[in-house]
Amino acid sequence: MTTHDPDPRPLLLGGPALGLRLIVLALMAAGLMVADHRQHHLGAIRDWIATAAYPFQWAVQAPVAAWTAARESFATRTRVEAQNVKLAADNLVLRLKLMRFESLEQENQRLRAVRASSARVVQRSLVAEIVRVDLDPFRQRVLVNKGNKDGVFRGQAALDANGIFGQVTRAGLISAEVILISDPEHAIPVQVNRTGTRSIALGTGRSGLLSLPYLPQNTDVIVGDLLVSSGLGGVYPPGYPVGKVSAVVRDPAQPLLAVEAEPLAALDRDPEVLLVWFDSAVVEPKPEPEPAETAAPAAVKKPAPQAQTLAPHAEASATPAPAPQAPSPMPQAETTAPQAETTALPEAELAPSLAEPVVPESGTPPPEAEAVPPETGR
Amino acid sequence: MMRGSRSNFGWPRIVGLTLAALAATVAPLPEWLELMRPDFVALTVLWFSLLAPRLLGLSYAWCAGLALDGFRGVLLGQHALTLIVIAYVASKLRLQIRAFPPLQQSAVILALLFLNEFLLFWIDGVAGHPITDWRRWLAVPVGAACWPLLTGIYARVAARR
Repeated sequence: MTTHDPDPRPLLLGGPALGLRLIVLALMAAGLMVADHRQHHLGAIRDWIATAAYPFQWAVQAPVAAWTAARESFATRTRVEAQNVKLAADNLVLRLKLMRFESLEQENQRLRAVRASSARVVQRSLVAEIVRVDLDPFRQRVLVNKGNKDGVFRGQAALDANGIFGQVTRAGLISAEVILISDPEHAIPVQVNRTGTRSIALGTGRSGLLSLPYLPQNTDVIVGDLLVSSGLGGVYPPGYPVGKVSAVVRDPAQPLLAVEAEPLAALDRDPEVLLVWFDSAVVEPKPEPEPAETAAPAAVKKPAPQAQTLAPHAEASATPAPAPQAPSPMPQAETTAPQAETTALPEAELAPSLAEPVVPESGTPPPEAEAVPPETGR
Repeated sequence: MMRGSRSNFGWPRIVGLTLAALAATVAPLPEWLELMRPDFVALTVLWFSLLAPRLLGLSYAWCAGLALDGFRGVLLGQHALTLIVIAYVASKLRLQIRAFPPLQQSAVILALLFLNEFLLFWIDGVAGHPITDWRRWLAVPVGAACWPLLTGIYARVAARR
């Protein structure tokens, strides 16, 4: 409206000043990124930001949530009745299963007591609602409405009614970020339920697809096999369903199989997830005693741990198959894993993921995270 | 069409516009639309750098970028870095860009948004988790197409007393 600008500041921007500011700010941003990515020093700050952002994120999705709620409340009677009948039927089936389950659980615990191994079953769970905000269309992450206040911690496993959903990567005071098993940065140690073969299922970035790239050619795996969590690493409780094998490609030219699986959890449709607590005292993988006891699939089982430890290398340096028949490389494999860690290549992030499946971006799970700062301080 | 750069553009309005851009960035959308969502925060930063560079300089771009990182839970500082770079280029060239006809302006915005996305892509790669999906580039042309509309809205907000 006014042609005369009353602002007393100089009309032209100082050239060098702007460039200087760019450099200073760019250095600050770069410093933040390095601190965040390499040292994971910013855990507390990130949690704080997450807490501060949550009310706003909640407000953004509130209209959508309100609309959904309104539509629900106007659901027709017939639909609710039909749903009720279905739920009653489901309930009956589940009760029948439960009757058997209880006796089986007793028996299982008794047997475990005999073997003096701890039963790592889920002890406590908490229902968390998914807050409907789109964090990033290319990464599979969701925000849930439970946080530190409810005892949620980083590295906590999240399940839904059908299987494993993901794990908590960041816990704010009243909200937490959960990385889905289908996120490209996520890897979960799994076991083929039929044979006991262990491997790692990597996320692909698509919610309906996991990939198992580290299985040797002669592995016994077929389409339809159920994958359950193996519990190695201690992040996920063992024995919970993860996915179903949907494709197995045996290309003789390749050292490893290309196996694809479909997650069982409804990753893109769940309105809520279960955050679980279980006794994760046993963190060390103990693959040795098992092959002796389960005699039948021993031939298949033996090479499995090797495949796991060597796999990151196989991918990186395109070395040939990790010699499934030869039992000797086992100790060797263990020495190569730390090597990968020190080189700090992206693959290095896969190596520790054997022991603890992994969130390379925002830090290792809690026990590690606490151990790291003193080391780096020295 | 690019009027509305007034020095009485107070903080409430600046914060309001920034928050609106952030909200538009995380608001739930259907999946097909989500992939095409323009980078509203980058567009807002560009608008401020072109229209009111003396009022809101690089530090504004930096803060907006950091807020965006915090909101989306990505590597802290990556949007801050990319946004100050495009804000710098935009404020350097602002006198020329402001004189351009709308179509040409959109073309410049396209280039700047591409630079922004490219830097993000690069940082993602260096940080060890690249997203190689080609659809990540969809947001760039959509953002440039939204530019005339967005400047219209912002000019109105700015002109209102």
